[in-house]
Amino acid sequence: MSALFDILASAGLWAAVLRIATPLILATLGALISERAGVLNLGIEGIMTFGAMLGWLAVYNGADLWVGLLVAALGGAMFGLLHSVLTVTLGLSQHVSGLGVTLFASSFAYYVFRLMVPVAGTPPTIEPFQPLDIPVLSDLSFFGPAFFTQTAPTYLAIGLAIALAYLIARTPIGLTIRMTGENPHAAEAQGLNPMAIRYGAVIFGSAMMGVGGAFLTLSAFNSFFPTMVQGRGWICIALVVFASWKPERALLGAILFALFDAFQLRLQTVLSGVVPYQIFLMIPYLLSIAALAVMARRARVPQALMQPYRRGER
Amino acid sequence: MRFERREHRSTLLVISTPILAVIAALAIAGVLIAAAGAPVFEAYWKILTSAFGSRLSATETLTRASPLILTGLAAAVAFRARLWNIGGEGQFYLGAIAAAAASAHLFAGLPSLLQIPLLFIVGAFAGMVLLLVPLWLRLRFSVDEVVTTLLLNFVALLFVSMLIDGVLKDPAAFGWPQSEAVDAAARLPKLLARSRLHIGLGIAVVIAFLIYFVQTRTVFGVQSRAAGLNPSGAVFAGVPLGRTLVIVAMISGGLAGLAGTIEVLGVKGYVTTDLSPGYGYSGIVVAMLANLNPLGVVLAALFTATMFVGADGMSRSMGIPTYIADVTVSLSLLSMLVAVFFTQYRIRR
Repeated sequence: MSALFDILASAGLWAAVLRIATPLILATLGALISERAGVLNLGIEGIMTFGAMLGWLAVYNGADLWVGLLVAALGGAMFGLLHSVLTVTLGLSQHVSGLGVTLFASSFAYYVFRLMVPVAGTPPTIEPFQPLDIPVLSDLSFFGPAFFTQTAPTYLAIGLAIALAYLIARTPIGLTIRMTGENPHAAEAQGLNPMAIRYGAVIFGSAMMGVGGAFLTLSAFNSFFPTMVQGRGWICIALVVFASWKPERALLGAILFALFDAFQLRLQTVLSGVVPYQIFLMIPYLLSIAALAVMARRARVPQALMQPYRRGER
Repeated sequence: MRFERREHRSTLLVISTPILAVIAALAIAGVLIAAAGAPVFEAYWKILTSAFGSRLSATETLTRASPLILTGLAAAVAFRARLWNIGGEGQFYLGAIAAAAASAHLFAGLPSLLQIPLLFIVGAFAGMVLLLVPLWLRLRFSVDEVVTTLLLNFVALLFVSMLIDGVLKDPAAFGWPQSEAVDAAARLPKLLARSRLHIGLGIAVVIAFLIYFVQTRTVFGVQSRAAGLNPSGAVFAGVPLGRTLVIVAMISGGLAGLAGTIEVLGVKGYVTTDLSPGYGYSGIVVAMLANLNPLGVVLAALFTATMFVGADGMSRSMGIPTYIADVTVSLSLLSMLVAVFFTQYRIRR
């Protein structure tokens, strides 16, 4: 038991929590905003992979780290546009279109990566984001190393979560997005353009997914390798349900999830040899399924989620 | 610009849809090949000759098509009933490991004629169980099965990795994590001598015809379609929705599990974590390319296998990354979606 408390009392654990949570926060918010407008984006897994590759590739070729994030956002937005054309304009099945986007985006990412970076023994690396040194706060004992030694994108992600929570709940834009996700016909009757709003939400959300992926290669690690996203996208889709489509709860959900993940990583080293490591690696996925089972009925689903909107057609 | 539903769909239009979709995908992938600085037509010619240019390559392509037919059918059967089984990959692995374990420990020594069918049942059952869990979660807790089946793929692969690194590990494999080899009597007979092609191809094609028959000629076929097209209407018409979905899930999961079983008994003889190069995920593309038609699945699987085997050969000689096959196949899925849309709607200004 004391081993467990040692893990929880180490500043390293809490520093890892925020690091693990960051890509989840970004991508979950991206999925959330597009679902609030009524579009499920299962392209998330592939878009994160593409963002991770493109952001890394830009920096590897000499771009600034922030430019890398921007490029990843643009790459994500491009696939968001593709998903919008298929699901909003043509009204195709959001499930199938999203899976198609995931398969295309990830294989395209691998193709471009292999083309630009020849096979090498050790994968090439870049100089990733360094922890920000915040005056006073970073020097606190325990709290300093635990919460204030993150890289800049982590603070950006937390700030974005708070900003989006405000945007969706309190601003006219937020109301428009919510209305489009609940009842696009009513939105149109108000003189709004549901299609344009859906396009905007999906493209913006996909850009965030791209940035979430790029955090992996530009901050958490320093290289790109295929299958590195490892189902994080699907976990984010589960987190949206867990968060009941609310940004502030998505932030908490992602941090809670990361806490479990960081905890199991440390438990793994304590219990190595006793319990097979695969058991620990299964935990995040099983946890997501459990969270879905608990929350699916309680969560307030946007009423027009996954329903294509065609003007004058019911 | 508006879209208007077509009153009639000519047979020609329906048949030419997948062909047009594949051509569109090849054209876009051609741009990517050209961007890599390679001659496009030569690259496609290389893909074709690498997939069918010799007896070896042709049998290899057919060997790759066999599991794709089964995972394609698994997806097609489920999607028709709007059961989004994206867990084919996990079901494939669970079917493979269940059959390998049963052959090495339970049925070792039984004659082929008895052992192979028993292993098929075991493997199919394992795949079934893995899909019944997400279906239960959907029916009981309204959890979207897309996400749960996707997440279970990772769990299943880790589970297999744990077994072949633990209780089922082959002590003679020099420390490599691989399962004990299946019993010699469990290996599937070859379809052609001096090749890897085994009877799994024949089995897969027969199953495709069987499913075609079930879907077009039986009450269950109609019920599963109705469950997909209009669930509330189906209930109103007296279709037992829950039961229909359970049977659909058993067939779908069973087929994906069987694909894994046949792959391990027919090709490798033991399980590793790279037994499948994404057969489960490619099965989704195969099903969509076939527009969920079981007979179309056979052709779509052949196309997909051609791309994968052909791109391997082309990549070696021309330096284009093999991922071009995945790019082309996923692009065909997207263009097929658009093409099917335009068989149902026309543009009206």
